[in-house]
Amino acid sequence: MLIYAVLAAPLAAGAAAAALPWRRQVGWAAAAANGAVLILGIMLAAQATHRRLPAVAGGVLRADALSAFMVVVIGAIAVLASGQSVRYLSAEIGRGACTDRHAALYTALVQAFVSCMLVAVLAANLGVMWVAVEATTIATTFLVGHRRTDGALEASWKYMVICSVGIALAFLGTVLIYFAALHASGHAAGSLDWTSLMAAAHRLNPQVVRLAMGLLVLGYGTKVGLAPMHSWLPDAHSQAPAPVSALMSGVLLTVAFYALLRFKAIADGALGPAYPRGLLVAAGLASLAVAASLLLTQRDYKRMLAYHSIEHMGLIALGAAAGSSLAIAAVLLHILGHGLAKGVLFLASGEILLAEGTSEIAKVPALLARRPVLGGIFGFGLVALLGLPPFSLFASELNMVRAEFAAGLGWAAAIALVCMAVIFAAVMAHGRHLLLGEASPPGRGEATPRTVAVPLATGLLICAVLGVSAWPIQPLLHAAAQVIS
Amino acid sequence: MTGSAYLGPLGLAAGAVLACAVVTLWRRDLRAVVSVLAVQGIALGVTAAVLAAGSHDIGLGVTAAVVLIAKGLIIPALLRRLVRRDPGSREAAPLVNVPASLIAAAVLIVLSYLASGTVTALAPGTAARLAPIGVATVLIGFFMLATRRKAVSQIVGLLLIDNGTALTTFLLTAGVPLLVEFGASLDVLLVVVVLRVLATTMRARFGPIDLDQLRELHD
Repeated sequence: MLIYAVLAAPLAAGAAAAALPWRRQVGWAAAAANGAVLILGIMLAAQATHRRLPAVAGGVLRADALSAFMVVVIGAIAVLASGQSVRYLSAEIGRGACTDRHAALYTALVQAFVSCMLVAVLAANLGVMWVAVEATTIATTFLVGHRRTDGALEASWKYMVICSVGIALAFLGTVLIYFAALHASGHAAGSLDWTSLMAAAHRLNPQVVRLAMGLLVLGYGTKVGLAPMHSWLPDAHSQAPAPVSALMSGVLLTVAFYALLRFKAIADGALGPAYPRGLLVAAGLASLAVAASLLLTQRDYKRMLAYHSIEHMGLIALGAAAGSSLAIAAVLLHILGHGLAKGVLFLASGEILLAEGTSEIAKVPALLARRPVLGGIFGFGLVALLGLPPFSLFASELNMVRAEFAAGLGWAAAIALVCMAVIFAAVMAHGRHLLLGEASPPGRGEATPRTVAVPLATGLLICAVLGVSAWPIQPLLHAAAQVIS
Repeated sequence: MTGSAYLGPLGLAAGAVLACAVVTLWRRDLRAVVSVLAVQGIALGVTAAVLAAGSHDIGLGVTAAVVLIAKGLIIPALLRRLVRRDPGSREAAPLVNVPASLIAAAVLIVLSYLASGTVTALAPGTAARLAPIGVATVLIGFFMLATRRKAVSQIVGLLLIDNGTALTTFLLTAGVPLLVEFGASLDVLLVVVVLRVLATTMRARFGPIDLDQLRELHD
């Protein structure tokens, strides 16, 4: 029942937004529906942690601890993003850049986007999961282009074409797994079902699974933003409206990674861990190297955040490559921590763009002096993303590195640490100018509306609390890691 | 999975899918390319129908009908409207010229036979041994996407990739479960609709330019 409710809430809000004329209340209702997703997700997670048996619905949907965890992540960032969407839309309508009809369409598409991600993580059938991930691209393309500038148009074309190609490869990989399963069992029933595939994993033909896993890492890796298939990401994430960027960067990337985790568990069973590990290490290190080299020269703070996402996806890929229960628990904590911190930062960057009118780093100096609250949130967000304590990303990065050394991937962890040091220096340099640089004329402290400051600060606070002690979600992380390791 | 009597017509239909892919590389007139794409969609539907008749699989028969309607009729109609409104709808200067493209296609076909060896070895003597045809169609789609510069050509490249994966799916596994098939077809349809809207907007905004002239975003 809970599973249906999780999907019904955002869909209903989306349908209402599409049908009713735009008003702020419609936007708030959408935010409330996403809040319901968060609460239902927590209930689902509590159930999955205690019962250890996946909840099933209609043979198509199932929720084990891993799915429930992802629902919580989606719900948390969706609440933040859809709350800020109301402000974004009101501002756009205010300056005449957006009509009421476009605002309604935006709200409906965001809700469709959230629903697609929920279907992806709740799907029992890997084919249905694929359909849902592909549908997220369709729902988000118009959102990327919502500001309707030349750049936004170019970014949405690139995004749609590259991600559709990637996802087509993932489909080929899924079909090969299906082929291997048909061949192993001899009957068609339920062969794309994750549970039955896991049960039959050791009987799947290793050569076919090897080919399939390569295609899947390439295909879903495109949606995750892993190098060398990342080229759409900086454009799409920097051109999209801030709340959409927050959702895309904070959760959509990791929803695609969730798909890889599911397939990795099957491939581990069929091939042993070495081959999937090799693929993920290669993609992870390439992503870190790309992020490190391109972050140095960024002049746009939204692009800076986008490249930072590529870095974190690389770190997650390395953590998943280690594959132990500790590593997966750390990966999941990182998914939540990165989602919260990156979501808050993108939302804060939207607020900066609204106030300053430019996304160039050089033109926005000394935020801390001029807009203390907003600058403070941005600063703490950067601290969180750079993996400094007390935020949860520190704990998860530490545990991932520990797990990598334990799994014999110490060399990869060492390379990763070098890249992270470069990224740290680059982001610190940009961040110092943004927050402390010299402003002329020196501004007075300008206030930030409470409807912006309170939710964003809460997001960072949760990230910090989870960093000090992960106790509220420790059993859930453990149960979720057990599902796939 | 299939009686041997069906392998002949099956090979013919699957071969037609690949032949259409090669022809899209050859023709520069985008109107002709869209017509070829329609023929390819029909050939793909016929492939599924032959397989369905061979195995008396009702689900696959429904899939064949869905493919015929979506890829043989609706998608080409959507693209035709896009091409018709554009007077200069020729791929004037592809990054790789036509003769070189055709040689590349031949190389890609050989490559796909080499690459699918492990898969076809698993199920010899069935439709699965035709699977390299599907893989070759996918690779030609990639090639088209990488070397053509008109928006319509890129959409065609994407559809070649999609038709290639669909063909591979039919030949290897006699189609995925119906729910997935419906979802996938709907997704492709929506992708084309969205890209068509974007292409129309881009043309209104930038005029009839090639895509590699878009240089707003870079590092």
